[in-house]
Amino acid sequence: MSAGITKNPEIKAVPSSTDEFIKGLWRDNPVFVQVLGMCPVLAVSNTAQNALAMGLATAFVLLMSNVLVASLRNFIPKQVRIASYILIIATFVTVVDYAIQAISVDLHKNLGAFISLIVVNCLILSRAEAFASKNTIGKSIMDALGMGVGFVFALFCLGAVREILGNGTFFDISLFPDSFQAWIIMILPAGGFFTLALWLVLFNFYKLKKAKA
Amino acid sequence: MNTESYWSIFINASLVNNFVLAYFLGICPFMGVSGKMETATKMGGAVTFVMLISSVCAYGIHALLVAINAPFLQLISYIVVIASTVQLVEMFIKKMSPALFRALGIFLPLITTNCAILGLALFQTNKGYDLSQSLVYALGAGAGFTLALLLMAGIREQLEFAEVPNVVKGTAITLLIAGILSLTFMGFSGLG
Repeated sequence: MSAGITKNPEIKAVPSSTDEFIKGLWRDNPVFVQVLGMCPVLAVSNTAQNALAMGLATAFVLLMSNVLVASLRNFIPKQVRIASYILIIATFVTVVDYAIQAISVDLHKNLGAFISLIVVNCLILSRAEAFASKNTIGKSIMDALGMGVGFVFALFCLGAVREILGNGTFFDISLFPDSFQAWIIMILPAGGFFTLALWLVLFNFYKLKKAKA
Repeated sequence: MNTESYWSIFINASLVNNFVLAYFLGICPFMGVSGKMETATKMGGAVTFVMLISSVCAYGIHALLVAINAPFLQLISYIVVIASTVQLVEMFIKKMSPALFRALGIFLPLITTNCAILGLALFQTNKGYDLSQSLVYALGAGAGFTLALLLMAGIREQLEFAEVPNVVKGTAITLLIAGILSLTFMGFSGLG
């Protein structure tokens, strides 16, 4: 009987801050498990460096918007909450956009419009709506950190595979002898779809294996 | 100022640089509502409509922001305009066709966070298109989005009768198909 109670999510003890952090990292990984925020994941993951920069920019916006949404959660009227969240997110994205431009013009050119498009990343809005609007600031920070790190991790996994196979390099360091024929397809759009699909297959494979065991 | 011809803008936006298959914009609805041909057609129509309206609005806003020298407000104003347009379309569809409203479900309000629309507004500004060019660009992007959605829906309807291995069921097989579609669309690259 007691085992039944602990398994029921309704009655289960309130999760600690560490749990909030861990869940985004693995169990609820935004990309591999929830399949949220696909557009930037596919578009800018053609090199490990772009992927990492994009992941960090998104994580920053996620963290800041989660903090602000959580602290304003009692003041925002329910009817206009989505509009308010989008405004908050758009503000931070503008900040990031100008910051990246100031840090590295090349990077800004590589990521292009996809920095601005962080605004419409479903991951950020979904965390604001599903988590930050109902929880304390502290917990929202942990949630954003977990999801952010999970997102960076996923983007990095994709970017690394695509750069190594498609370009034969890793962070611009050549990995293979000259005779290596790079798989151009991997840095093209189609490669993005294939790489993500294969990562998902890998995750499914382990999930099914675990379910069987 | 950009002097591209209308025809080349249209072909570019719909086929060569297809928003879904080459720019990865609007992937969420592409995965979400591509299960049935009928819903896909209507979703494509709704997105194209929102694109046309936001394209005109974005053109006006850009001119205004340049006039008052406040480019940092660009992103915020674009997203507000798109959100209100979507709200309008939502009310319109709810009134005109409740059945369609239910079929589109959560994906209708989610057009707001469809990157294809914000992407369109940003790209047309970056490329410096004038008003008529922007409209053609929006039409092409909408047509391209609808085409990709329809192709996907057609394939997925067939897929229901096929035996898919457990391990690739769901999102994985959809992504694999999208990859193959993206490969075929690369064949258009000479047209631009």
